[in-house]
Amino acid sequence: MEERRYHSVRLDKDRCKGCTNCLRHCPTEAIRVRDGRAHILDNLCIDCGECIRVCEYHAKVAFTDSLPNIKAYKYTIALPAPTLYGQFRGLRNPAYVLEALKCIGFDDVFEVARGADVVTRAIRERMREPNLPKPMISSACPACVRLIQVRFPELLDHVVDIRQPMEVAAEIARAEFCRKHGCEPEDVGCFFITPCPAKMTAIRTPQPLGQEKSELSGAISMMELYGLLLPHVMKMQSDPNFVPATRYGVGWATSNGEASAVFPDNSLSVDGIPNVIRVLEEVENNKLNELTYLECNACVGGCVGGPLTFENNYVAKHAIRNLVKQMPEIHPDSNVPISMINKYKMRLDTPLEPNPVAALDESMTEAMRKMKRMNEIVARLPGYDCGSCGSPSCAAFAEDIVRGYSTEMQCIHIMRDRLQSLAAEMLDLAQTRRE
Amino acid sequence: MEELFSTTYPVAQADYVTAGKASADIKRRLKQLGVGGDVLRRVAVASYEVELNLVIHSLGGELTLTVFPDAVQLVSADVGPGIRDLAMAMREGYSTANEEARSLGFGAGMGLPNMKRNADEFDIQSEYGKGTTITMRFRLS
Ligand SMILES: Nc1ncnc2c1ncn2[C@@H]1O[C@H](COP(=O)(O)OP(=O)(O)O)[C@@H](O)[C@H]1O
Ligand code: SF4
Ligand SMILES: [Mg+2]
Repeated sequence: MEERRYHSVRLDKDRCKGCTNCLRHCPTEAIRVRDGRAHILDNLCIDCGECIRVCEYHAKVAFTDSLPNIKAYKYTIALPAPTLYGQFRGLRNPAYVLEALKCIGFDDVFEVARGADVVTRAIRERMREPNLPKPMISSACPACVRLIQVRFPELLDHVVDIRQPMEVAAEIARAEFCRKHGCEPEDVGCFFITPCPAKMTAIRTPQPLGQEKSELSGAISMMELYGLLLPHVMKMQSDPNFVPATRYGVGWATSNGEASAVFPDNSLSVDGIPNVIRVLEEVENNKLNELTYLECNACVGGCVGGPLTFENNYVAKHAIRNLVKQMPEIHPDSNVPISMINKYKMRLDTPLEPNPVAALDESMTEAMRKMKRMNEIVARLPGYDCGSCGSPSCAAFAEDIVRGYSTEMQCIHIMRDRLQSLAAEMLDLAQTRRE
Repeated sequence: MEELFSTTYPVAQADYVTAGKASADIKRRLKQLGVGGDVLRRVAVASYEVELNLVIHSLGGELTLTVFPDAVQLVSADVGPGIRDLAMAMREGYSTANEEARSLGFGAGMGLPNMKRNADEFDIQSEYGKGTTITMRFRLS
């Protein structure tokens, strides 16, 4: 048996009613309802958090670190995703949010937007190298990278092999802090302020995403901190001095932000998993081979649409746009020295490994037999895709049956037909007796 | 060699709404059978091109996927109109796609050349006034 993967997204058994809401909204069909409650299939779940959004009973939860966890370290640095700035309407300066983070207990702060600046430069340098497949695909959204590993493994060589902004930011933040304060790296906890469970999973299990270890010590949900930060952000008056990220780095919070920073001339940006799947199908069909760069975001609107954000994603996008508008027009190319990308680690440690959905059977002959059986079963099913059987669609149900995870009697429509014919037989029998 | 699995998709002329559905299903099935990597990518490209040619250029036809223990086979057979100048049609950049197809981004004239390049075996038979049949095989290593 394979070892279980870590997932930030989990089920709260006590709250789950066994309805079929999450079942039918999961973009990778990773949920099944059995014995009156949902189960998440370990190998198919990409931690996108769609189920967290749709569950009316709040039975789908994201595990993240809580604020008191930071006390485990002598010093702590907060690394807010730029998305955090979009949570505060009318925010004029990111510094207000950074100062507010210090007010709630962090010793220092480092903008992940600065990491995004450095990564922008690193990707642009990487893209100069010859023989790259087209388009190159962004590696910043871990849910999308996992989606490619599971559903489009043959596209993995398109994924740019540069670390995520939060990782680069954490490495720089810790090094700078230690230099300034003369302390040991292990005394410094770096906590990402996250918009999503996918980033949490990436921090806890970095190996599947090509990193031996994460630079981050943990991740705290934006949702958890929003209420604590708000009064401090409101109170801020003067603009404190700090070295800000560029408008491009901050722009990574919204869809097309990365693409327009990295490769404005010939890039495309897609957001929302069903859309991402459609565009990746096009890449698979070789229909986008003239495109240079493809940005993929699991969440609608980009990270501002993350499941752990407080503000509506359209409002947050607007707030980011207004914030960025008043920042100077400086591109990371002139802001990030090349020595920076040579000094810190930019490349992934190991290639991204495929993690494809298992074939119906290890032996191809047997797999074909199962596929034939699957077709026969589908032909018998009503095609309502109602989810009452506990599988997300009639086709998925047929697949579950041939894989040995379900039985035809789980379909209430088949069951009803059987009962009706049984009842008819009994009636016949009763009548023959009376005659 | 013994045939293990076969399925046929009807493809209608000028049906842009469902265009691409057959090749998407072919990809999905091959993945379920454990076909991946390079072969899958090549089948993906060729099946999409051949399906779209049925939509754009033919009067309708069908696409058949057959899986053998050692190869994947795609056969596209249509009911007309056939190709007038086959040598010309096989050239890169040659296309007779109409305005409608071009406005949707088709008609680069790379479909047939790409099918030939991606398949391990490629055969095209066409008779003007009758129809076109294309057979492609992809070896499973
Ligand atoms: N099934 C078909 N029926 C009739 N004509 C075809 C068919 N397939 C291809 N052709 C002809 O061959 C030409 C080249 O096809 P292709 O290389 O796919 O380029 P494109 O589809 O972009 O035109 C088409 O423009 C068309 O004239
Ligand atoms: S789009 Fe951003 S917030 Fe959403 S899953 Fe990806 S990284 Fe997380
Ligand atoms: Mg064509």
